[in-house]
Amino acid sequence: MSVLSKKFTLERSGTLLTKLSNTLNGLSSKKPLKYTLYLSAIIIFFAIILVPPIIGILTKAGSLQNVFDSPSLMNTALSAIAASFIIGLIVAALDLLAGVPLAWFITRGKSRWLTVLDTLADLPFVVPTAALGYSLLLFWSSSGGISDLFGHPFVSPGWLLVMLLHFTFSFPVVVRVIVGAMLDYKMEYERASRTLGAPPLTASRTVTFPIIKPSLIAAYTLAFARSLSETGATFIVAAGLFLNGPVFIQTVSNQFKDGSISQGTYEGATVFASIILIIVSLAIFVLIRIVGQRMKLPFGHGLSHFEKKLSYKKSAWTRNGVAVAVFLVIVLVPSLFVSLPAFQAIATGTTLLDAFTGSGIWASYWQSLALSYTLAAVVTVLGIALGLPMAILISRKTFGKFLSSILDTLINVPIIVPSIALGVSLKFFWSNLPGIPEFLLLVFAHLAITYPYFVRSMSAAMERINIDMEEAAKTLGAKPFTVFKTIVLPITKYSILSGAIIVFTRSVSETGATLAVTSKLQTAPVLIVNWVNSVRGTMSPISGVTALNVGLACGLLILFSFIILLVLRLLTKKGKYLE
Amino acid sequence: MPDIRVVNLTKKYGTVYALNNVSLTIHDQEYFSLLGPSGCGKTTLLRLIAGLIDPDEGEIYIGDKRVDKYPPEDRDIGFVFQTFALFPHMTAWSNVIYGPKVKNYDAKQAETIGHEVLELVKLDERLNAYPGELSGGMMQRIAVARALAAGAKTLLLDEPLGQLDAKVRNEIRYEIRRMAKDLKLTAIHVTHDQAEAMSISDRIAVMKKGKIVQIGSPQELYMHPNSLFVAHFIGESNFLEGYVTKTKGKFSEIELREGLKIQALNSRSIKQDERVVLAIRPETCEMKKGQIAAKNGLVGKVEKTTFEGTIVRYEIRLNNGDRFVINRPSLTEDWFDIGEGVTITYPLEKAHLFQYPEAGLSEEISV
Repeated sequence: MSVLSKKFTLERSGTLLTKLSNTLNGLSSKKPLKYTLYLSAIIIFFAIILVPPIIGILTKAGSLQNVFDSPSLMNTALSAIAASFIIGLIVAALDLLAGVPLAWFITRGKSRWLTVLDTLADLPFVVPTAALGYSLLLFWSSSGGISDLFGHPFVSPGWLLVMLLHFTFSFPVVVRVIVGAMLDYKMEYERASRTLGAPPLTASRTVTFPIIKPSLIAAYTLAFARSLSETGATFIVAAGLFLNGPVFIQTVSNQFKDGSISQGTYEGATVFASIILIIVSLAIFVLIRIVGQRMKLPFGHGLSHFEKKLSYKKSAWTRNGVAVAVFLVIVLVPSLFVSLPAFQAIATGTTLLDAFTGSGIWASYWQSLALSYTLAAVVTVLGIALGLPMAILISRKTFGKFLSSILDTLINVPIIVPSIALGVSLKFFWSNLPGIPEFLLLVFAHLAITYPYFVRSMSAAMERINIDMEEAAKTLGAKPFTVFKTIVLPITKYSILSGAIIVFTRSVSETGATLAVTSKLQTAPVLIVNWVNSVRGTMSPISGVTALNVGLACGLLILFSFIILLVLRLLTKKGKYLE
Repeated sequence: MPDIRVVNLTKKYGTVYALNNVSLTIHDQEYFSLLGPSGCGKTTLLRLIAGLIDPDEGEIYIGDKRVDKYPPEDRDIGFVFQTFALFPHMTAWSNVIYGPKVKNYDAKQAETIGHEVLELVKLDERLNAYPGELSGGMMQRIAVARALAAGAKTLLLDEPLGQLDAKVRNEIRYEIRRMAKDLKLTAIHVTHDQAEAMSISDRIAVMKKGKIVQIGSPQELYMHPNSLFVAHFIGESNFLEGYVTKTKGKFSEIELREGLKIQALNSRSIKQDERVVLAIRPETCEMKKGQIAAKNGLVGKVEKTTFEGTIVRYEIRLNNGDRFVINRPSLTEDWFDIGEGVTITYPLEKAHLFQYPEAGLSEEISV
């Protein structure tokens, strides 16, 4: 008799894990319980992530009168906000312009060094934005940077430096999104276009770019949102010479702490700037969606002749060369420039010794570092736990198409709210709850900021899973929890981990919202901002803080974050078959 | 004038030869098929001709021009993809006139061409639909129309019927041939379906493991396979293993398993005592009831019958232990029962004698 026809009884081993998984399987088959889980995911999303920032602002709407009473304050706020939008729109466009050729080169080039380039493109992710700001400041405008070549600051702090900064930190986002889209794109379309007589550039214009347009729009939107909401680094490079929305809020907040303005004025200015930033950016997002979908690349007559000349070897070489050069000179080197003094510190030895023994100011540095990584770990775990059910809801349309597309839109809201405005309004909201620990406030703020990134990448990954595989598992007798554990989880493992990387690095580098919600706790970016301000004399000096210390502090933070990222990346490297 | 010529073409992926030193000439206005099992290099060859991949070595000529350094858009070809590769963001109509547009024809001209090719593929409805909304058959017609509209004299088809269901496939394959002939195109058609290749091709190249095994008209390949592989891959063959024991003129005596001796035409002059395989097509054989000791008759018993619609397939166990398959029209009166004794005879000149392959028979005919 063959093995198959035997009726064999399964031996249920009695380990705790199998028992647990059996229990979960039993529970997961129960419909009401499943819906309770999904429903609570939605409720938590609304209760912790979406609603508090909005309500927080609205509760202080009364203070707006202070702004209306002071035309000069209102004008300052309005022009700052206008600057935010102008810079955001321009920078996002520049990011696409430079990022698309680089992504193209990374995905289409044949050299094996391109994987190195691909990894390098992620590097600015690990630099905390505050450190990034300082790094750029050193590189572009201080002596010791590239300005040494000219004898005067090459780029003075101010709007141009802000644009360079925003370009730098949003560039990796654009490259990541476009590389992902290009890898998913079926080359067959482009080949078809070529066989029909289109030179490479014409094929890109008429076929490839229109097909990956949703990703181009997403990349533009993300870059724009990052530029709009970034606070910490912008504050550093603006150096009091330039105001955009977040810098304005930060400045007002500092003035309130100094006691130079009243609480009413501070709250009014913050609420005013936040509301306008949120409303206008929502409007712009809707506009980008509508215009982007309608927008068509020109199918101009005779364009292909011109494109043909630009398509081949020589111009492709030039294009790739320029793309790589832009990345290296404007993004990579300035981002890492800050860690240069770290080498000097290593050479001198005493600073390094101070740092590692935690003497003097370094005690607070290590405390802040510990806080940052603890916070990031907590936020990452919570983010995955809260984000996974939401990602399933959105991608599997469990509650119908309509609800899933509404949720899909709503999860974007926290990305577009300027981080400092988000922090301020969270503080307004939760301060109604007396005695809430500051750490919890930090967790809420970071959750709100990182949640959209995780859900977005996770739901996209879930949509790519062929539903047949899950159904095959079901026909083989797997219960819902087992299907999730044995099919969905292994296949999306890479996306979960890369989502976790984004959450973790964003949390470690987040500055704006953190500054806003905390008064006692200091995360690493907050500490670095304070040190930088102390060194540059924009705030009352902290004794013992030198430029060398700041360089070493940034260098160490980048190094630790990079190591963590590398470890996470190595973990995700396993399971190549998934790609 | 030879229209498409490849000379010593080689393409390697790592250490694996996808195409190994292949030379081939396809005549002007010929309908030519590349036939072989998956992984034999037929698609690689087609894509090399189209310029979608670059060769490691060798030359490609289309007309008088050497084109292997040209990008695909300059080779003047039309290509129909297995997945159709219709642009998902364009309507069926925009897909069709894409070629004329990127070649900078004026709008009026592009439109005229579009209507002409659509008439050719017999499609005049749903032109404003997007590819996702079309049936497989319609997508296929649009894909062909799009390739034709580009105006090339060479049409390359990569398993163009693979995605269609059997009925539609059988209709469309004759249409494609008719269009190619009407437009005086040179067509290269890649397929793994031997029936498809046989029914539409002027000539076929049978490929295996990156090499061409045999080139010829469908009849030549069927009647005179040059190898066990072709005998097996084109149509169906029974293989009987044995040794050459005696040779007299063109005929030899072959000793099969269990000492069974039969006569065979030894057209390759295989020497005495050599190990051989005799390939006999089922449809050349006759089968009679009863185990009659006829000269050159193979006797055995029916082991299994399968009704396949137009034919009945009989699996016979010969008395010497060899297996043998016979196909008979299902509408004949005399059906055979399982266990029934039978005698099989065949015309000597239609059985092909081959040297026993070095790597073994099953390796030789494996696909």
